[in-house]
Amino acid sequence: MEHLPILSTVTFLPLFGAVLVFFIQGSPEVVARNARWTALWTSLLTLALSLLLWFDFDSSTSAFQYVERAEWIPVFKIGYHMGIDGISLFFVLLSTFLTPLCIISSWEAIHVRVKEYMIVFLILETLMVGMFCALDFIVFYMFFEGVLIPMFIIIGVWGGPRRVYAAFKFFLYTLLGSVLMLLAILAIYFQMGTTDIETALAFHFPREMQLWLWLAFFASFAVKVPMWPVHTWLPDAHVEAPTAGSVILAGVLLKMGGYGFLRFSVPIMPEASLYFSPLIYALSVVAVIYTSFVALAQDDMKKLIAYSSVAHMGIVTMGIFALTPQALEGAMIQMLSHGVVSAALFLCVGVVYDRMHSRLIATYGGLVHRMPVYAFAFMVFMLAAVGVPGTSGFVGEFLSLLGVFKVNSWVATLGATGMILGVAYMLWLYRRVIFGALTKPELKDILDLSPREVAVFAPLIVVVFWMGIYPNSFLDPMHASIDRVIGQYNATLHASNGETILAQLLH
Amino acid sequence: MNYLANLQLALPEIWLAVAGLALLMIGVFSGDRATRIVSWLAVAAFIVAGAFVVENSPARPVAIFSDLFVVDRFGDFMKLLVLAGSALSIIISLGFNEREKMAHFEYPVLFIFATVGMLMMISANDLISLYIGLELQSLALYVVAAFHRDSLRSTEAGLKYFVLGALSSGLLLYGASLIYGFAGTTRFALLATQFSAGGMPSSIGIVIGIVFVSAGLAFKVSAVPFHMWTPDVYEGAPTPVTAFFAAAPKIAALALFVRVLIGPFGQLVGQWQQIVIVISIASMALGAYAAINQRNIKRLMAYSSIANIGYALVGLAAGTEAGVQGVMIYMAIYLAMVLGAFACILCMRENGRMIEGIDDLAGLSKTQPVLALCLAIFMFSLAGIPPLAGFFGKVYVFLAAIEAKLYTLAVIGVLTSVVGAYYYVRIVKVMYFDDAALRFDRPIGASLSAVLTATGVFTLLFFVYPAPILAGAKLAAAALFPG
Repeated sequence: MEHLPILSTVTFLPLFGAVLVFFIQGSPEVVARNARWTALWTSLLTLALSLLLWFDFDSSTSAFQYVERAEWIPVFKIGYHMGIDGISLFFVLLSTFLTPLCIISSWEAIHVRVKEYMIVFLILETLMVGMFCALDFIVFYMFFEGVLIPMFIIIGVWGGPRRVYAAFKFFLYTLLGSVLMLLAILAIYFQMGTTDIETALAFHFPREMQLWLWLAFFASFAVKVPMWPVHTWLPDAHVEAPTAGSVILAGVLLKMGGYGFLRFSVPIMPEASLYFSPLIYALSVVAVIYTSFVALAQDDMKKLIAYSSVAHMGIVTMGIFALTPQALEGAMIQMLSHGVVSAALFLCVGVVYDRMHSRLIATYGGLVHRMPVYAFAFMVFMLAAVGVPGTSGFVGEFLSLLGVFKVNSWVATLGATGMILGVAYMLWLYRRVIFGALTKPELKDILDLSPREVAVFAPLIVVVFWMGIYPNSFLDPMHASIDRVIGQYNATLHASNGETILAQLLH
Repeated sequence: MNYLANLQLALPEIWLAVAGLALLMIGVFSGDRATRIVSWLAVAAFIVAGAFVVENSPARPVAIFSDLFVVDRFGDFMKLLVLAGSALSIIISLGFNEREKMAHFEYPVLFIFATVGMLMMISANDLISLYIGLELQSLALYVVAAFHRDSLRSTEAGLKYFVLGALSSGLLLYGASLIYGFAGTTRFALLATQFSAGGMPSSIGIVIGIVFVSAGLAFKVSAVPFHMWTPDVYEGAPTPVTAFFAAAPKIAALALFVRVLIGPFGQLVGQWQQIVIVISIASMALGAYAAINQRNIKRLMAYSSIANIGYALVGLAAGTEAGVQGVMIYMAIYLAMVLGAFACILCMRENGRMIEGIDDLAGLSKTQPVLALCLAIFMFSLAGIPPLAGFFGKVYVFLAAIEAKLYTLAVIGVLTSVVGAYYYVRIVKVMYFDDAALRFDRPIGASLSAVLTATGVFTLLFFVYPAPILAGAKLAAAALFPG
């Protein structure tokens, strides 16, 4: 395309904002104020630009759009290659949508090292957006892995009491998974002679190699999603991270795993995906049921929501590997919905945490009497999390489970059980925090949402209902891309089965 | 080839040797007053030598002085790295030496002689010239290790380095004599033709010779199991000398390692590959695990350098052109990271006293944000986190390993890099998450800031335009694989 490189602009605009913030000088108050406003305007501008991507998006094609190519390391045939299709479009939007909300929500919650905080957040946005746009393995990996640095700093510097432990656990867990993926990327490079993702999508790898590549990618994405049993870093990271950190972690970083499965594992290694799908089903079912029970037993709100994230992402992974159009679209919607809803739930926890400095459920009770607006917002997100029809959660879970049911009814049944448990722990959480008599004396003067907080929650509520009531605005752009994934998958499997049969006949 | 042409191709070495003697004369006649001038002149001499290297760079390898000495692009690439390492090491020593009252004019002169030795090692094309270059380098290094002669630790470091260094030279010489005895020549070119297809089959004597030579060289690059001297010498030697040790001699010795194994014994890759794999795995693992419990940052850097050599050896273990390329890219990036990290360590002063504890860095991000940022960049880069430069170093060595089908080595390598990431990131944690303990002296000085800025910017922004170094390494690696 001959017009302005809009993807690179969306990607690197926050970085530019970070550089601006870096050069802010003056007294601490002035620096903090200017840093907040600069960060907010940068992220809003990025959001506006990314909305342009959506408006100009051509839903009729599965090809990558807004493609940019530039030479980067010509000696090794590694190029700077960006582009989005229906799958990545919404993840880009999710990232640019959540970042300004995070910045607003940390307006007062963060009062030490504000400048650094804003810099790190803007860098994080660049890395997230870049990761979803990258169409070259090395570029992708740089963004994917680069996310670790700002997130490590966010948890470690602005986190809770056990932040150091949580930051290290997050860092080392994810790094361990990712380095194996790096080796797989190098193996792909060696096989194809380039690291271009579009080339890889059309390339057929030998079956034996696919299995190994799949496992290496799985090591990375399973940790990111996170799937049971490598999910243990998530509750720690969530509990210790500052509110906005949890929002990004749950909202976007977890989606990197799902996106990775959908972008790489399924199209590039179709035979391996089929081969390993029982493994994914098993781990997903365990995740859904086991972590739901664990969530029931939590007395820390953030931990509870963290475990519920693992359960929700279990639905996503089983949807992706069911490999039917409904399941894939369901998984996509479920990821987007979870991105919005879990982010909102963490923000809800953040609201009361800012007031009471406690995340324990036992600290609260009867908040509805003092905070009716808050109770309403919390209720919307809670209902969306349990998948009540009309909210975004319903569409995602329904489509995923429907798709899975066609392939394996047992997995779908067990997955649905997890949803029932989900209702149990979410309603119980809501009952204990919001309802009941307001007996605790320290809660007597608690204030309802401030206008700033309302400004954070209002767009989230709108999106939750929008996705629940008219999901087509989200489904339409992704149809073509999802169909391509499915079509390619079936075609490859057909071809390779044909080959095997032919080979058997010949021998 | 006539002698004039020979001399012209060896101009960088000859120029440096002459410059070293001239600076020695200046020093002798004007005493320690001239230290600063001599130091800067030494830096200038390195730059001029670098210019000669670039100027002389031949498209095809040229052997001169009756095949004792070879000039090729591989050597030129490594020589430029060594020269840069030596020059930067002198620059970061200036302030330190003056404060610690060890600013003697011999210091830069010894650096020059050591560097001449390194350049000769890199260009060695015969077992004899290899040994002469190595010894010239080592003798100068023994002296600078003990340069702080009133300090017990420094003299102990020098002595330890000398004794173990002499032992390793002995091993190497023994191996060389075995090779000579069984092959009948010391020339690399003749050795290579002997072992090439259809030539003499390798005898057990040759293999033992290669093992001994490898052991000697492994000592020089401080690869496990010949690493024992490293932590003690690194800790004991004056900090700028440690920085020098970690940079230039490492690169020279590794270049020599590559040249010896790929050149004369290139056809015997099956014989030495296992040795290099074992050394590489052991270095990566020990470097990663032993560093975890270190409290002294210089010792930590010693273990880090052991691990880094392990990664570089992954490339050598591949034994391919891609592998050599990986080694060169790795060392170029390593040079910037390690010198930058040591420049940060040199800034760790409190009331004029050097401090070396990792915990003393606590809260550095609040007291000196820029210094903390630099050190954080180096640490994340050493851990191999993209988009920093260290990531690219690792990518290319592992790429070579994958290409050579050394999957186990690659997997072990990346797993140990995760272990290694723990201790690098721990330094970031101490600086950013902990509360301030000490206030370091300021200002840090113009020369240190300049080196910090240069290496920091290189490490941070390498990804923007990596093509020149990568392309240079590709060209240079091709020189070792004719045809």
